[in-house]
Amino acid sequence: MSAIEVSGLEKRYGSFQALNGIDFRHEEGEVFALLGPNGAGKTTTVEILEGYRKRDGGQVRVLGEDPGRAGPAFRARIGIVLQSSAVYPTLSVQEILDLFAGYYPHPRDRSEVIELVGLGEKAGARVRTLSGGQLRRLDLGLALVGDPELVFLDEPTTGFDPGARRQAWETIRGLRTLGKSILLTTHYMEEAQKLADRVAILRDGRIVATGTPAELLAGESGVEISYRLNGEEVVLRTPEPTRVLHELTAKALAEGFELERLQVRPRTLEDVYLEVTEDEA
Amino acid sequence: MTRLFVHELRAQQLLFWRSRESAFFTFLLPIIFLVLLGSVYGDEQFNGINGSTYLLAGLIGYGVVATAFAGLAITLVVRRESGVLKRVRGTPLPASVYLSAVIVSTLIVIALEVVTQLLIGTYVLDASWPQSPAAFVLVLVVGAAAFAALGLALTGLVRSADGSSAVVNAIYLPMTFISGVFFSTEGMPAFLRAIGDVLPLTYLLRLSRETFVAGDGLDMPWGSLAAIVVWGIVGFLVAVRMFKWEPREV
Repeated sequence: MSAIEVSGLEKRYGSFQALNGIDFRHEEGEVFALLGPNGAGKTTTVEILEGYRKRDGGQVRVLGEDPGRAGPAFRARIGIVLQSSAVYPTLSVQEILDLFAGYYPHPRDRSEVIELVGLGEKAGARVRTLSGGQLRRLDLGLALVGDPELVFLDEPTTGFDPGARRQAWETIRGLRTLGKSILLTTHYMEEAQKLADRVAILRDGRIVATGTPAELLAGESGVEISYRLNGEEVVLRTPEPTRVLHELTAKALAEGFELERLQVRPRTLEDVYLEVTEDEA
Repeated sequence: MTRLFVHELRAQQLLFWRSRESAFFTFLLPIIFLVLLGSVYGDEQFNGINGSTYLLAGLIGYGVVATAFAGLAITLVVRRESGVLKRVRGTPLPASVYLSAVIVSTLIVIALEVVTQLLIGTYVLDASWPQSPAAFVLVLVVGAAAFAALGLALTGLVRSADGSSAVVNAIYLPMTFISGVFFSTEGMPAFLRAIGDVLPLTYLLRLSRETFVAGDGLDMPWGSLAAIVVWGIVGFLVAVRMFKWEPREV
């Protein structure tokens, strides 16, 4: 069964067409990533799915319901991490988790949630004393305290240092293991590549590429070889890196020059992303 | 539903008393004014009423406005702009339960405030007790409900958290003077009195003072009560249209 089904989704803000016929399907238990530059329509899409915004056209089903009409019973089955953290600053981490747990019919155990998001040492601390990263983890905790089937994560690791980001990835993987469906938006292609079962890339309110990260990379001619020669950066893309590299190094040896800063790297989701969001502009 | 309401009401009470701003400006300030002004003017006579009683009745009205109108509006604008309201809206807690818990929490604060003012007024300032207690309670409940509705409506007019105190104070502080919280409006210029004749606080103060002096035979000034009710209905209708859960400034 699908956690989310979207077809022909449209949204206008005044005369601006923010979403121009979006289609995708997010299967249960998957991590699905929506990617795209600022203004491409990621947050608009997510907020329609969460029930915050009304759509202007198309069909949307989230956990079998129309989020535009759904009520408290629907919201009890989803968890939301918004882009900005916002909580009552005078409550402690425990108090705010207890408050939110009380909104749900079958909440998770509070200490389990604190453990899951790694706020054990801060359980008794007031929200206003938390750092940015800790606040973001509390956001995640509040989204999970109702034990949702589907979790929306809108740019959950923006502003994290690399260590904190890797911790967050572990947490998200853990959620996937628990069988949760996760809809993620992110600016970090590495994050999408590491976490997502499938991705959709948005541009100007349309989906310009969709599939598993492997599928998106499959059409790409494999490997990128780069080096500097006489101060010039040379980049070769090839599906046959062994042969190309062999010829290149043979030539360098024979003619006695150095391949400075030689790099051989596989194409990444970021390369695909930059191509589909930037060209034909 | 009741369980959710009680759960949220407890949280709202905790939030109110934890916040130094709300605890001071909306709860303590009217009490401080009562003590200060009462000790200065308490022995005088205003409009034929003993000064302490006149001030007590007036500052009870001031407390209602400071809490139900100004405090509520500022609190909700700050929560809206910081995104707290949007987050609450994303949970299964129904909007109606949230708002009614916030408003009832405000009414509890007002009740505690009034009791404190009455005790200080009676035991410290020698003011008299309301001669018509039932009418006094009725007036307070109607007044608090009307000003809470107006406070919710006002949130629709304020666009930023930074501006919320400024806008709210710019409306409610002049109102307290023009309506005559601190002194009689008799000496005021005609145009101020004309403005005062429109403001709901003027009627709340008139009724509050009336219930303090008139005894059992109180001929309830229904016209004044109706004026407050009309303001409350206008506030409610504007609030329904203008109240927003999401930040206005993005």
